[in-house]
Amino acid sequence: MSEITNLVKSLAEKHGRYQESLLPILQGVIEQQKFLSEEAMVEIARELDISAARVFGTASFYSFLNTRPLGQYVIRVCRTITCMMHGKNQIIQELEKCLKIKLGETTLDGKFTLLETNCLGQCHKGPAMLVNDEPYTQLTPEKVRDIIQSLKMNEASKLSNPDLN
Amino acid sequence: MSKINLVIDHIQVSVESGSTILEAAKKMNIKIPTLCHHEDLCVAGNCRVCMVEQVGSDRLLPSCATPAAEGMEILTNSLKVRNARKSVIELLVSEHRAECTRCYKNGTCELQHLSSEYLIGEDSLIDLVPLKEFTIDYFSPSIIKDDSKCIRCQRCVRSCDQLQNIGALSVAYKGQKMKIASFFEKPMYEVVCTNCGQCVNRCPTGALIERNYIDEVWSAINDPQKHLVVQTAPAVRIALGEALGMEPGKIVTGKMVAALRRLGFDSVLDTDFSADLTIIEEGNELLQRLKGALVDKDPNVKLPMTTSCSPGWIKYIEHMYPQLLGNVSTAKSPQQMFGALAKTYYANKINVEPENMVSVSVMPCTAKKYEANRPEMHSSGYKDVDLVLTTRELARMIQQAGIDFLALENEEYDSIMGMSTGAAVIFGATGGVMEAALRTAYEVVTGRDVPFDGLNILPVRGMEEVKEASIKIENPLPAWAFLDGVELKTCVAHGLANAKKVMDRVVKGEANYHFIEIMACPGGCLGGGGQPIPTNKEIREKRTRAIYEEDAGKPIRKSHENPEVIKIYDEFLVKPLGHKSHELLHTSYTERNRY
Ligand code: SF4
Ligand code: SF4
Ligand code: SF4
Ligand code: FES
Ligand code: FES
Repeated sequence: MSEITNLVKSLAEKHGRYQESLLPILQGVIEQQKFLSEEAMVEIARELDISAARVFGTASFYSFLNTRPLGQYVIRVCRTITCMMHGKNQIIQELEKCLKIKLGETTLDGKFTLLETNCLGQCHKGPAMLVNDEPYTQLTPEKVRDIIQSLKMNEASKLSNPDLN
Repeated sequence: MSKINLVIDHIQVSVESGSTILEAAKKMNIKIPTLCHHEDLCVAGNCRVCMVEQVGSDRLLPSCATPAAEGMEILTNSLKVRNARKSVIELLVSEHRAECTRCYKNGTCELQHLSSEYLIGEDSLIDLVPLKEFTIDYFSPSIIKDDSKCIRCQRCVRSCDQLQNIGALSVAYKGQKMKIASFFEKPMYEVVCTNCGQCVNRCPTGALIERNYIDEVWSAINDPQKHLVVQTAPAVRIALGEALGMEPGKIVTGKMVAALRRLGFDSVLDTDFSADLTIIEEGNELLQRLKGALVDKDPNVKLPMTTSCSPGWIKYIEHMYPQLLGNVSTAKSPQQMFGALAKTYYANKINVEPENMVSVSVMPCTAKKYEANRPEMHSSGYKDVDLVLTTRELARMIQQAGIDFLALENEEYDSIMGMSTGAAVIFGATGGVMEAALRTAYEVVTGRDVPFDGLNILPVRGMEEVKEASIKIENPLPAWAFLDGVELKTCVAHGLANAKKVMDRVVKGEANYHFIEIMACPGGCLGGGGQPIPTNKEIREKRTRAIYEEDAGKPIRKSHENPEVIKIYDEFLVKPLGHKSHELLHTSYTERNRY
């Protein structure tokens, strides 16, 4: 059995094999694998005895259930009106410049993915973005440069000191 | 049952409790427009064109999803209602690639009818179509899925879920991006879609349609080099009339044959003939498997054996139960048996080179188009069946040709391969193949008629989801002595949702049947995805009645007594399951993905 089959099986053991188990299982796979591969979805469908298209349909509904591989750091900039009025476009521009990618893309080394998202509930402190689960608020282009820099450093230090991983 | 009294459009009405407002209005012959509603499917309540006003309440109610309540006062045609409905239609049209004059559903589209009824003008709302990135999937030989025509009513999703329990289509994404999608939006022919066409039959617009081959057939007819052979499936003759202005339940075999000749087909032949042949091959295969299991105790013999004539069922099992492919009869479907014989035996008989023959079939089924295009279906050395038309496409061709169908005199099929028995006729109904097979198998084994009154094996008939019947074999002929006292257990399921119930039991080893009949469509082929629209419970029942009437009226009602079938074994095939049969009449299956 492949790794993914085992993972899905153990998640199904944990959450049950009901319709309502679908979301926790999807989240469980994301936690482990960062994204939902075709193979993972087919295994989930088989385990819950539902259609693969249904699994895909459900996953595609939720922004945080990725259906394609993303970078190690997924940056999601809020695109909703308050952040828009607080300059989210400049933030995105700055990120595109720092990372040398366009919105929606992943850096070649697989470290960063740049996405937009809807309101993060930080409107009073816009513009806001998320890096993985971490919110960053009251962003300015300088702040963005610093954040990216420190994330890159973080990576570099991990590389030179693998024990920290 | 208790009654509910309400007033609709100022008229008092009394309906059974549990009825919706829509049903109550229908009872009074008041038509409320609908889009997402379909009699065969559960309530969705998502399109909102069926809005009605309840006097004294501000909010309009969706009549398809609202139960009638005591004392309700409903208006179905107030100004408020009309305006709301019109807005709903305008909104749908604003996101719809409306190109009616070039659309396959032109004239039969429910959205088009409503737009015309409500006079949706050009200057209604901004056209959003150019802003949308629609996908049009033209890759399947059976079904075209055009998202630019989709109004997201989800009739297709519900057909595939509830009637078929497949879920090849699902709602995906959200908000303005929400759409109907297959797994990862892969092309329909790659996913678990069985091409059954139940969704096509129910889609109110041109978003899901059969791939039509009308022009290809006309070109072939027009080519003087070509000899056109046409075969007609059992279930076409009992439904074709509906698409040409007749009431459901009328048998139009003779008129259909006449019309096909007028259209220019050179040989008008009958899939019923090869249905009889299927019974001989499949029946013998079953007996051979029984012998293998009971006498030789061969562990490789797979039982229960399932039928193989429904290509939707075949594709389904290839995707969903590949471990059970050995249980499927290797006999080809009647369409493909016919095709393989047309370009060999028949071509030789009438002295036509097979490369100059174009073999066309008329089927109640969209999956037959995919089946004819399977790479293995070239046993004659050519594509065995070149072009497959649905009942609907044939009706369209008859209209195009300006034929007054109702005025046609009955005509007879050509021979050979045009004669059939009552056993073949009932192939079109759920349980029919089982009944036909039992009529033959029992007689082969015992030399006597099946022990049912007038050959009518009633337990396998009707619309019950899963039917079971068993026959005890007593005093068999000497060659079949090993079957003495054996209780032959059979099961019949129609609609793939029911097939799944049975197959899940087979997987668990809980089903001790010998023979299982499965038809992909509800009611069997008479409820096929290529049949006239609408198809629903009431209409399926009428078509069923027509089929059994035709059977009862046939002079010969057992496949093995079909003189043309006897002749083809004498002249060509030699014997059932023989060398020639294996070459032309049997096939193999392919394991496919579970998505
Ligand atoms: S689907 Fe209906 S409304 Fe749309 S273009 Fe075709 S006929 Fe017209
Ligand atoms: S494809 Fe047809 S049936 Fe399915 S949601 Fe769209 S319009 Fe409705
Ligand atoms: S053709 Fe049949 S299997 Fe395919 S999507 Fe439609 S209903 Fe489902
Ligand atoms: S609008 Fe950006 S966080 Fe709410
Ligand atoms: S028909 Fe009632 S909401 Fe669609």
